[in-house]
Amino acid sequence: MSSDRVLCIEGLCARVGDTHILAGIDLEVRPGEVHAIMGPNGSGKSTLSHVLMGRPGYEVTAGTVTLDGTDLLALAPWERAQAGLFLALQHPTEVPGVSLESMLVEAAVAGGRDPDGIRAALVVEAERIGFDEKFLDRPVNVDLSGGEKKRNEALQMSVIRPSYAVLDEIDSGLDVDALAAVARRVQDATDETGLGVIVITHFSRLLEVLEPDRVHVLSHGRIHTSGGPELAEQLEAEGYTGILGEAVDVPEVAVELGPGPDPFADPLG
Amino acid sequence: MPNAFNPSVSAALPGPAWLVDLRREVVEGIGDVAPPSTDEEVWRYSRIGDLDLDRFQPLATQTPLVEPFMDPAATDANAATAVLRNGWLEEFSISEEAAALGVTVGRIGDLGDGADYFASVLTTPVDLFGHLNRAFGPEPLAVMVPDGVRLDAPIVVLVHTDADSAALFPRLFVRCGVDTDVTVVEHHTSSSDVVSVVAPVLEAQVEADARLRHALVQDLGTGLWNLVHQAFRVDQNATVETFVAGLGGCYARTRTDCRLVGRGAEARLTAAYYGEQDQVHDFRTFQEHAAPDTTSELLFKGALDGTSRSVYSGLIRVDPEAVRTRAYQTNRNIKLSADAWAHSVPNLEIETDDVVCSHASTVSPVDEDQLFYLESRGVPTTIAERLLVEGFFDEVISRAPTEAVGLLLRAALVERLDRRLRNFRPEAAA
Repeated sequence: MSSDRVLCIEGLCARVGDTHILAGIDLEVRPGEVHAIMGPNGSGKSTLSHVLMGRPGYEVTAGTVTLDGTDLLALAPWERAQAGLFLALQHPTEVPGVSLESMLVEAAVAGGRDPDGIRAALVVEAERIGFDEKFLDRPVNVDLSGGEKKRNEALQMSVIRPSYAVLDEIDSGLDVDALAAVARRVQDATDETGLGVIVITHFSRLLEVLEPDRVHVLSHGRIHTSGGPELAEQLEAEGYTGILGEAVDVPEVAVELGPGPDPFADPLG
Repeated sequence: MPNAFNPSVSAALPGPAWLVDLRREVVEGIGDVAPPSTDEEVWRYSRIGDLDLDRFQPLATQTPLVEPFMDPAATDANAATAVLRNGWLEEFSISEEAAALGVTVGRIGDLGDGADYFASVLTTPVDLFGHLNRAFGPEPLAVMVPDGVRLDAPIVVLVHTDADSAALFPRLFVRCGVDTDVTVVEHHTSSSDVVSVVAPVLEAQVEADARLRHALVQDLGTGLWNLVHQAFRVDQNATVETFVAGLGGCYARTRTDCRLVGRGAEARLTAAYYGEQDQVHDFRTFQEHAAPDTTSELLFKGALDGTSRSVYSGLIRVDPEAVRTRAYQTNRNIKLSADAWAHSVPNLEIETDDVVCSHASTVSPVDEDQLFYLESRGVPTTIAERLLVEGFFDEVISRAPTEAVGLLLRAALVERLDRRLRNFRPEAAA
């Protein structure tokens, strides 16, 4: 039943250490849809992406996340990936000594998929996304420029073919050509494989090439406002202050991993 | 001296008069040598306190060969091959090409000038095991490469142990003459079921402008106490590359003394080790700079699983005259289990100003961010750890002196990581 196919986030609350960052996120992403999440620094955008993939250090305190009916929060990160979730990281990690191919082969084997076609798929997708083939034999992300790392994230997404992808600021550090290539590949995946996308971005620039079905503005760990593509244009014209009003003046909370300063601590102790 | 080390055993060993006399002198003085203790810095954190030497007998004669232990075909490509079994020279061969160039492999006692070389690099034993090796080593081996000889193929020495409850003292001398290029690979193996003490000594003399690549692949059974002492003397503009693969043994200690005595001498020291169950890997290194413009660079990397432990203790010593020394020392450890432990103690002792020295050591679990990255692509945690550990060793594997040694080390690591994986997921054993 196609109605069962949905990435459903309900009332999601999460904290890092003592700092509560997500304060009740509700979001439904269906196959083929592109949802853009925008918001000022510290609004919880990156935290949402990490919580969805289960990064250690991020603790869910309330709410549910289901992927096509599967309770995602009950799974280990690698099981979430196998269930069909992909996370393109804002800062892709360098992994010395591990090749891209061996990583994807192990992922395929663990998922019971045939790993024989991985190399060929990498070559085809690298060409499609403009990722230099010579980088395919390097250890994962090692000695790649910021832009190449982002292309590499999109490349892996294309080979893994997840049901849903969270793209965390995949546009940062990309030049115009690379941005267009990555956005086109994501857009194609929504058409070709019905990929559902959550795209987290600061800039409406990306949304000119990757057209969102819905735009959500995040503030203080909640979705403050949702709308169509026109909301991104409004943001471009008015800034967050225009949309969020005085809400943006409230102190930001830390989003760095690890216990940050507690904004609610009694300063007189 | 432990009771089992009877002087009559030493007296019964073969060799020319100079060697027999030397053994007797050592035996006479050995009563004054105290056994090592963990109170000494160089034995700190070691397992030496658990070793009861009285349970092990030195051998007066070779034991009968019970089972074959080597595929002879594996020797075809070597410049020379020698097999020391329980310290006795079992067999040796030399390629026609190497023989024509004057390379010799055989008992040091059979050399006309053997007495000049024996104990010429390691002039004074540093501990009881050094004394015991001199007194109870039956057939010290010598590999002699004359000046100007460059060998493409390696000289391979198999040091095999199959005597049980024995204290065994293999010994090897390597001479790399002026302007030579030599690769020596030692494989230390044992029957899997024996419990013995093996305390081998290597002396290597690397003369001016020579290059020696040396590997010690230690793949002993887990019942063995292994106490290796290797000493390298490196002369003017000569280079030594040492490589240790520490895999087996219940307690496996390798002490490496690398003394750069000639201007412009260089040393690159590498080790890879993997601990399982309750193994202890113990490395003590001395990078001694005794001449100007000398360079040494050390990289030791290990992974520790189960309740295994490792000790790395290294000293960079720079003499007053060793100006413009460059010396580097890096020890990195991955803890694969909460109960594993790694001690890492780098030390500097520098007596001149004009030097560049650095040391670094780390002990940490698998990198959390790297692990999460692999998991986020769908790689199960244990397999991701395995990929990361393999990757961690890439850097040292690439420094192996021969491709064969690199492949052998990689295979041994993969075997251990597979074993680890099976412990996590019994169903994968099939």
